Amino acid sequence: MEFARVVGNVVATRKEEKVRGRKFLVLQPVNLDMKPSGSVKVGVDAVGAGEGELVLFATGSTARQTHLTENRPTDCVIMAIVDSVDVKNERVYDKAEEERSE
Amino acid sequence: MKPGRVIGRVVCSQKYPDFKGERFLLVQPTDWKKNDRGEPIVCTDAVGAGYEEFVFYIESREAGLALGEKEPPSDASICGIIDGVDMEDEVWK
Repeated sequence: MEFARVVGNVVATRKEEKVRGRKFLVLQPVNLDMKPSGSVKVGVDAVGAGEGELVLFATGSTARQTHLTENRPTDCVIMAIVDSVDVKNERVYDKAEEERSE
Repeated sequence: MKPGRVIGRVVCSQKYPDFKGERFLLVQPTDWKKNDRGEPIVCTDAVGAGYEEFVFYIESREAGLALGEKEPPSDASICGIIDGVDMEDEVWK
């Protein structure tokens, strides 16, 4: 899994029947410094993520392992919302702290 | 399977329900001689690995298989803690 910021959503009126009713979010992958890394992706939301949140996403056939995406044409799913990240015993991300400073 | 080192952890209270009880760890991919390779990734933990431990992980669809019958949507799982690696040196030349 990788980290990403939710930076937007995608609206598509005409889409494959099997992905109807799914929420598509635009993801900007980030590295451990929380800086953008790599190109933007679109993922199906399985956890109720919102814009600006730091999330984890899984790609490939793994993305079909939720009840929302089972046997459906998806290759990227948001499967967790991140509360905190610790690297080498140092906190590099804290959602509560981020919300306080906003 | 690929080698890596546990460098941290990720806490997520909101996660897909099938992940209940699972831990997310940060893994720095390495080569089999423990030299860092590429960017860290987040893995679920199937073996109870600890900080700084040398482990191997699996990627893609099979990663969910390591976590029991529910097969949660994980695309990387730690599947073993490495005690030692024996290899002929020619491999590295």
